[in-house]
Amino acid sequence: MDDALDVVYRTERGRVLARLIAVVKDFDLAEDAVQDAFVAATTAWAATGVPSNPAGWLVTTARRKAVDRLRRAASAERRHRAWGELAIAWDAGEGPGPIADDRLRLIFTCCHPALSLDAQVALTLRSLGGLTTDEVARAFLVPGATLAQRIVRAKRKIRHAAIPYKVPSPDEFHERLGAVLAVVYLIFNAGYLASSGPELVRVDLCDEGVRLAGLLVDLLPEEPEPLGLAALVLFQDSRRTARSDTWGRPVTLEEQDRGLWDAGQVARGRELLARAQRLGRPGPYQVKAAITAVHAAADRAERTDWATIVQLYDRLLEWEPTPIVRLNRAVAVAMAEGPDRGLALLDEPALAAALVDYHLFHSTRADLLRRSGRPDEAAVAYRDARRRTDNAAEHSFLDRRLRELRDTTEIGASGG
Amino acid sequence: MRYMLIIHNDPELHPVPGDPGWDELMAGYAAFSEELASHGRPFTGDPLNDPSTATTVRVRNGETLTVDGPFAETKEWMSGYYIIECDDLDQALAAAAMVPSAKFGSVEVRPVAEM
Repeated sequence: MDDALDVVYRTERGRVLARLIAVVKDFDLAEDAVQDAFVAATTAWAATGVPSNPAGWLVTTARRKAVDRLRRAASAERRHRAWGELAIAWDAGEGPGPIADDRLRLIFTCCHPALSLDAQVALTLRSLGGLTTDEVARAFLVPGATLAQRIVRAKRKIRHAAIPYKVPSPDEFHERLGAVLAVVYLIFNAGYLASSGPELVRVDLCDEGVRLAGLLVDLLPEEPEPLGLAALVLFQDSRRTARSDTWGRPVTLEEQDRGLWDAGQVARGRELLARAQRLGRPGPYQVKAAITAVHAAADRAERTDWATIVQLYDRLLEWEPTPIVRLNRAVAVAMAEGPDRGLALLDEPALAAALVDYHLFHSTRADLLRRSGRPDEAAVAYRDARRRTDNAAEHSFLDRRLRELRDTTEIGASGG
Repeated sequence: MRYMLIIHNDPELHPVPGDPGWDELMAGYAAFSEELASHGRPFTGDPLNDPSTATTVRVRNGETLTVDGPFAETKEWMSGYYIIECDDLDQALAAAAMVPSAKFGSVEVRPVAEM
């Protein structure tokens, strides 16, 4: 029974909460009432079994609990609002209603630009994800109290500043959708970029990111960018087991055992990306997904179609003309046309100045110098990279590169 | 001449509802409003919600930048105000982005506290 309830909690809490917020127009009251409903479910369902429509049961029960809470509310403010809201609560009729729309409204509220990014992430995970506040706090390595405070403050702002509970108007829809996609991708990457470390619990964040991206596809089936994001995170997540070795050290894309890539996830990613492309409105997430799809298509690293990747980076620059995208494009050019062409792009003064403090700029440059047969300059660049990161895994990777470089130069010297 | 009185307060010192000094403070504001009214000249005034409910809007290169909080740059100063009636924060933020000076400085959007 507890297991069944746990599954319902993880899968249905978001939609039940979204419905309740739509009905009572109060985040805190809705959360309390939904909690009450789950508590009621533990005893009720133990006696009768799980109802055929658990979400509907929970919505109906939570609405009664909300009315109870409003009646009991001690503060004059709550009692004052109670009369108006009692009417709303009962006018809304029985049954779960248009649940999908409620969750869409809720996600736009949670990712509202008037909230700090930290708060957007925490609220989204807390209200639409299946994680508890403690789990979200652990995943982001912040104390539970800090995260709880962040959520309290965000909900207070939603109430006092009247952040609306609606899908944005058409003229601001795409910009606001971009903010929602960014939050979901950030949640995924917070798990993905940490998964080489010992905090395996962050795998939860990857799962949540994949799930939330899928939810956006369900809520906005005619929008291509959520499809692009969902495909992108599936492609990235398919490499999860290949990305670190038995000791948890990172394995580069080039060196990964591609047999470990999850073929099911890759296939689903391809379907989603194809659906997005049929809608005929390209965007940055679709292009990023297309780049990962090219990698996924190569059964060995040396069979990668780098020329196509270069073209895709050219497209990505239309939306994201950032130094990081230029850096990645330079790598692709080096792979497609030789290291010297890549180095020429990296050494353009504007790019070099923008990325001078970024360790991956220096280690990338070092790799290209090494491949270009300039080991002394490569060694300097590897050391430049090493000075600019504190990450132990990165250090051991760069030290290995420096050792390899020394070995090859010695062989080269004795041979010549 | 018309003048704007800008009220700043120190949250460490300023009473909140329930504090011993709160009723006295409210009585003081009521008396001040009566005093102003007794002169027969029009005036308006409202308490604002606290800064944690603020949102700041800037317009740069035609793009609206929205951030959580009241943070004006130190070199920016308060140069005017509107009090507008809106359905929700989205309407207020859209209006803020239409303030011509939002292209050069920033517009803080703070809800009026309903007492």
